Amino acid sequence: MQITRTEITEKVRAGERLTREDGIALFRSCDLLALGRMASHRAAQKNGDRVYFVQNMHINPTNICVNRCKFCAFSRSKDQPGAYAMTIDDILQKARSAEKGVRELHIVSGLHPDLPFSWYLDMLRALRTELPHIHIKAFTAVEIDYLAKLARLDLKETLIKLREAGLGSLPGGGAEIFDPGVRNALCAEKISGDRWLEVMETAHDIGLRSNATMLYGHIETIEDRVDHLLRLRELQDRTGGFQAFIPLSFHSPNTEIQKSAYTTGFDDLKTLAVSRLLLDNFDHIKAYWVMLGEKITQVSLSFGVDDIDGTVVEERITKMAGGTTEGVMTRDELIDLIRQAGRVPVERDTLYNTVRVWS
Amino acid sequence: MELTSTIIDAAANGRRIGQEEGLALLRNADLLTLGDLANTARRRLHPERIVTYIIDRNINYTNICVNKCAFCAFYRDQESPDAYVLNREEIFSKIEETIALGGTQILMQGGVHPDLGIEYFEDLFSAIKSQFSIQVHSLSPSEITYLARKAGISVRDALMRLRASGLDSIPGGGAEILVDRVREQLSPNKIRWRDWMGVMREAHLLGMPTTATMMFGSLETKEDIIQHLIRVRDLQEETQGFTAFIPWTYQPGNTKLGGRPATAVEYLKTLAVSRIMLDNVPNIQASWVTQGAKIAQVALEFGANDFGSTMIEENVVAAAGVTFRMSREEIVRLIKDAGYQAAQRDTVYTILNRS
Repeated sequence: MQITRTEITEKVRAGERLTREDGIALFRSCDLLALGRMASHRAAQKNGDRVYFVQNMHINPTNICVNRCKFCAFSRSKDQPGAYAMTIDDILQKARSAEKGVRELHIVSGLHPDLPFSWYLDMLRALRTELPHIHIKAFTAVEIDYLAKLARLDLKETLIKLREAGLGSLPGGGAEIFDPGVRNALCAEKISGDRWLEVMETAHDIGLRSNATMLYGHIETIEDRVDHLLRLRELQDRTGGFQAFIPLSFHSPNTEIQKSAYTTGFDDLKTLAVSRLLLDNFDHIKAYWVMLGEKITQVSLSFGVDDIDGTVVEERITKMAGGTTEGVMTRDELIDLIRQAGRVPVERDTLYNTVRVWS
Repeated sequence: MELTSTIIDAAANGRRIGQEEGLALLRNADLLTLGDLANTARRRLHPERIVTYIIDRNINYTNICVNKCAFCAFYRDQESPDAYVLNREEIFSKIEETIALGGTQILMQGGVHPDLGIEYFEDLFSAIKSQFSIQVHSLSPSEITYLARKAGISVRDALMRLRASGLDSIPGGGAEILVDRVREQLSPNKIRWRDWMGVMREAHLLGMPTTATMMFGSLETKEDIIQHLIRVRDLQEETQGFTAFIPWTYQPGNTKLGGRPATAVEYLKTLAVSRIMLDNVPNIQASWVTQGAKIAQVALEFGANDFGSTMIEENVVAAAGVTFRMSREEIVRLIKDAGYQAAQRDTVYTILNRS
């Protein structure tokens, strides 16, 4: 059955939930501006004119990883040139260098083969003791699964121990594409989509919030993307624990997958807009400027996006893949970008409490 | 003037948009509204879903320039260690490479070099035309004015001599902002807006097509942008000689003027207002050179129907530290991904082949 855009537009106006077929039809449409309108309508209902950002710092403690995902330009084996591992002191020192106003540490890593579970607890305790005012958002679901194995505990017990040590919430990485065929081709060693969702469900159940991501623009189909979004929506219906959804555009220059060098502007904006429309139970859709670039990020504010992440400060993972944006945007640059798009910048903390409205 | 539904309806229905109305659109319309209006205007002129591009090369024969504009990172003094003038072999080998890559046009622009007179270009163009089958789309109004003055002849006579030697058409560079108050600050040594327009008028009257550009995001106001568009539209009403309009953004890197570049939203809005107001200019080019591939593709929904050139070589924007590169394959991929058919064109927008 052919679904017309008018039918979908009607549904969006009426606030009805969109189906799998609707999602596929939207991805196939080239009417970019119509998608922008629909997504903006939904975004405005949820967040008005507000666009959120956070002053944060990324720390990637190690690039040594037991997995070998084909899309990743960051990971190294232990003895490979360019491999590094920070000590807890290194991490503390880096965190101490955070400017006043930084409210979030975003800590994700490779799966280091040698460090014990206690090391991770020590790292969290050290950070929390020294910087009690900074929220620690750390460990993708992939790392949580790995830490549970190291700890020989189940997911729930592992997450509880991490939370006791200072973990504040989980980032959304490692979701990639849930479809088993695609996942197997991309990252055979990585946990399955089911397991990723299980980690998130467990985290939400004990009251930890998290984000969710999707890596797009590699070998996946439109249907794979829509199915990925629908599985997130299904879990969100049960737990309500996801805060933001962040589609991540694939960068290929330094990775094993060479479909094309970059995603197109159309694809980036469509993916954000369709995400906004399908994920009706997510409060926030985030454009991650480090991957998308400042220009598409700014334009995406008319395509359903209400969050542009943060100051980031030295992110290594995208940079290793040949990402072209500078690793830093200052608070004032973020504010300016939002204002120039005619929106109201709102500085937030990790849990979306308003820190300051820059009206 | 406030943005009213009357203005929006007028733009949607293709009625000519006046100065105040244009200003209201540029100031107050949101991004998607401008996109819709520009898309409608574009469909009126180009109902077929085709986006064109050209394979050409910018040959900057010299970077020595008497104008020394504050926004420019490219020019050098004659004594500067990296000043250059290309010799004929260098120019010819660049043309050979261009033809080998399927190119149909060369865009030769300087520097306004103090020592190169009209005879130099007459000799050069005749030599090019005797050896190669290629469109010579060269010398902006500022250069032509300089050549005419140096030779003590009128602009019209200079154009006739250059045309006789092989100059086919004229690029629209050096327009910057066609308001003298802005030009006095940006480029005090460069020709004023009436001179720029005068060269274009003479060229059009001689049957030579030209393009028009606009560099925005420096010192101009929104009023200046609208004034610029109206001045282009007025001449076009008289001559119909402009084939295309190409707005791009000032690139502050390595310039005297400095500052921050216009944002993507400003670019897309200005592009859209250009499409809406220039109802008599057939084509609007996206500027991937200043905006990158992603925004240039998105620009196709904001009024652009042409992807510009593959630019086998580009030196001027690169001097400001911005280098985007695109192959023909990439351009075609982006056009198709946006739901259009891609077509290679020549200088006057005749379609050569489709993919």
